[in-house]
Amino acid sequence: MKQLAILSGKGGTGKTSITASFAVLAKNAVVADSDVDAPDLHMLLHPDVTETQQFKGSKVAVIDETKCVSCGLCRENCVFDAITKDLKVDAIACEGCGVCKVVCPVNAITLAERVSGSAYISKTEYGFMSHALLYPGESNSGKLVTLVRQNAKILAEKENCDLIIIDGSPGIGCPVIASITGVNAALVVTEPTLSGIHDLERVLKLLDHFNVVPFVCINMYDVNTDNTNKILSFCRENRIEVVGIIPFSPEVTHAMVNGKTIVEYSPESSVTKEIMSMWKKMCLSLG
Amino acid sequence: MIVSVASGKGGTGKTSVAVNMALSVGHVQLLDCDVEEPNAHLLLHPDLQKMEPVYSLIPLVNEELCSHCGECSKFCQYNAIFATTEKILVFPELCHSCGGCALVCPKEAITWEKYRIGALKFGLAEGLELVYGELEIGKPMAVPVIKAVKKQIREGENVILDSPPGTSCPFVETVRGSGFCVLVTEPTPFGLHDLKIAVEVLRRIAVPFGVVVNRAGIGDKKVYDYCREENIRILLEIPYQRRIAELYSRGVPFSLEMPEWKEKFQALYSEIRRAVSR
Repeated sequence: MKQLAILSGKGGTGKTSITASFAVLAKNAVVADSDVDAPDLHMLLHPDVTETQQFKGSKVAVIDETKCVSCGLCRENCVFDAITKDLKVDAIACEGCGVCKVVCPVNAITLAERVSGSAYISKTEYGFMSHALLYPGESNSGKLVTLVRQNAKILAEKENCDLIIIDGSPGIGCPVIASITGVNAALVVTEPTLSGIHDLERVLKLLDHFNVVPFVCINMYDVNTDNTNKILSFCRENRIEVVGIIPFSPEVTHAMVNGKTIVEYSPESSVTKEIMSMWKKMCLSLG
Repeated sequence: MIVSVASGKGGTGKTSVAVNMALSVGHVQLLDCDVEEPNAHLLLHPDLQKMEPVYSLIPLVNEELCSHCGECSKFCQYNAIFATTEKILVFPELCHSCGGCALVCPKEAITWEKYRIGALKFGLAEGLELVYGELEIGKPMAVPVIKAVKKQIREGENVILDSPPGTSCPFVETVRGSGFCVLVTEPTPFGLHDLKIAVEVLRRIAVPFGVVVNRAGIGDKKVYDYCREENIRILLEIPYQRRIAELYSRGVPFSLEMPEWKEKFQALYSEIRRAVSR
């Protein structure tokens, strides 16, 4: 079984639109949405949820006010500033480390399991999907990404799927690292802007750090062809294959508004043709 | 006054709004808290004044004092310290620097050492002071670097914070303590969906906010319907224009080339100021 991650560094370059199109084109794949704090893939693939799991990613301190003697040691020792002046736990700031519990002289503090989100297993018109939702403001998105990927793997094994396509989140931090560990290849979707290029270079370094084979796609290439050429020569110098060069098209937004992937909404468009050719190249490279 | 600029969905134009607002208002401190992918400097081209490393603290075990009792490992909620019968292994990427392992160690064998996770960069551009953080490649934890950036806030100053995308810890860490948060969205289903999550977080942590609709004219009208139903103020609309996109691609803040926008960003800032003083 092969795994392909779709990343970007910079947000809003078109990761999800491309992942959803790949999901439609793939014959036998499981799709995993790893952007757990702002997931959008379900709006194009319309999954029917068949199974829901609670995600318990961390703990949270609970103070028993009947035992508390207001000594303030918990507040003094908390490095996360999660105990307020009136000695209440700020659940959003609390990282569940347990230091307050250890320093409390009267054993008034316990650590409670905290439900930080939900993970889903779903069916779509095109196959199976593993996705999740981190509750607003909760932390530990990296752990939830790991759960989404585990679920995808179990699904793929059970359903005899030979590929997992992972829609990543922007950035290079913990959720992104969690979405690329152990994948066979990553496709980085970039745009020809200075920030697109800057963020592309950082993601490529991250992929190199974790020994993941990179591929690049330049989306909306015609917004600035000078920058497109810069990306092309940068990739040439670094021996990175550019598998797709997609023009800007308002059709992509129209497709999104209609809840459809661009390959279904506008099958004859130049964007669709480029995505299909990119998909073929990715399949060949993945073997 | 501290104003943060955030979005939920990535690529909606946070940095563009933060930079153009900072330039139009002048005399502000602009802090780029998107330490995974900082971009404000690519629009401002600042003269770099200095750079400082950012460290987190990780446990340093004195093996001579250690009795390998395993209390540290038992305590750690993040599996960042692991005790075998001969050796203690520390996994710095997993450590949250809570200090608990040192507290529970019966032999007082644990002290702290610095572990480099990123850098702060200080620059000046067009009369603005820019500070941005950079998370080191391969390091997972952005929050300590964001905290280091926010430590540079000077009391009493007008400060604009450019937030990372998403709605989890890096976003929460950035916007906490802001007097106001500008949520930049685009009028598309993805923009609306992620806006709703960001709104929920801001309501939970009680930070007042308003919306800027970027690329107005693309997509649909549902962002407007949502804002009306929820009584959320739309502070500014920036239309989709090829020229704005093209200027951005070259690293030019559009208010410098399209001066009518300078006034609009000034008006946006005045409106935020009024909302905060209310």
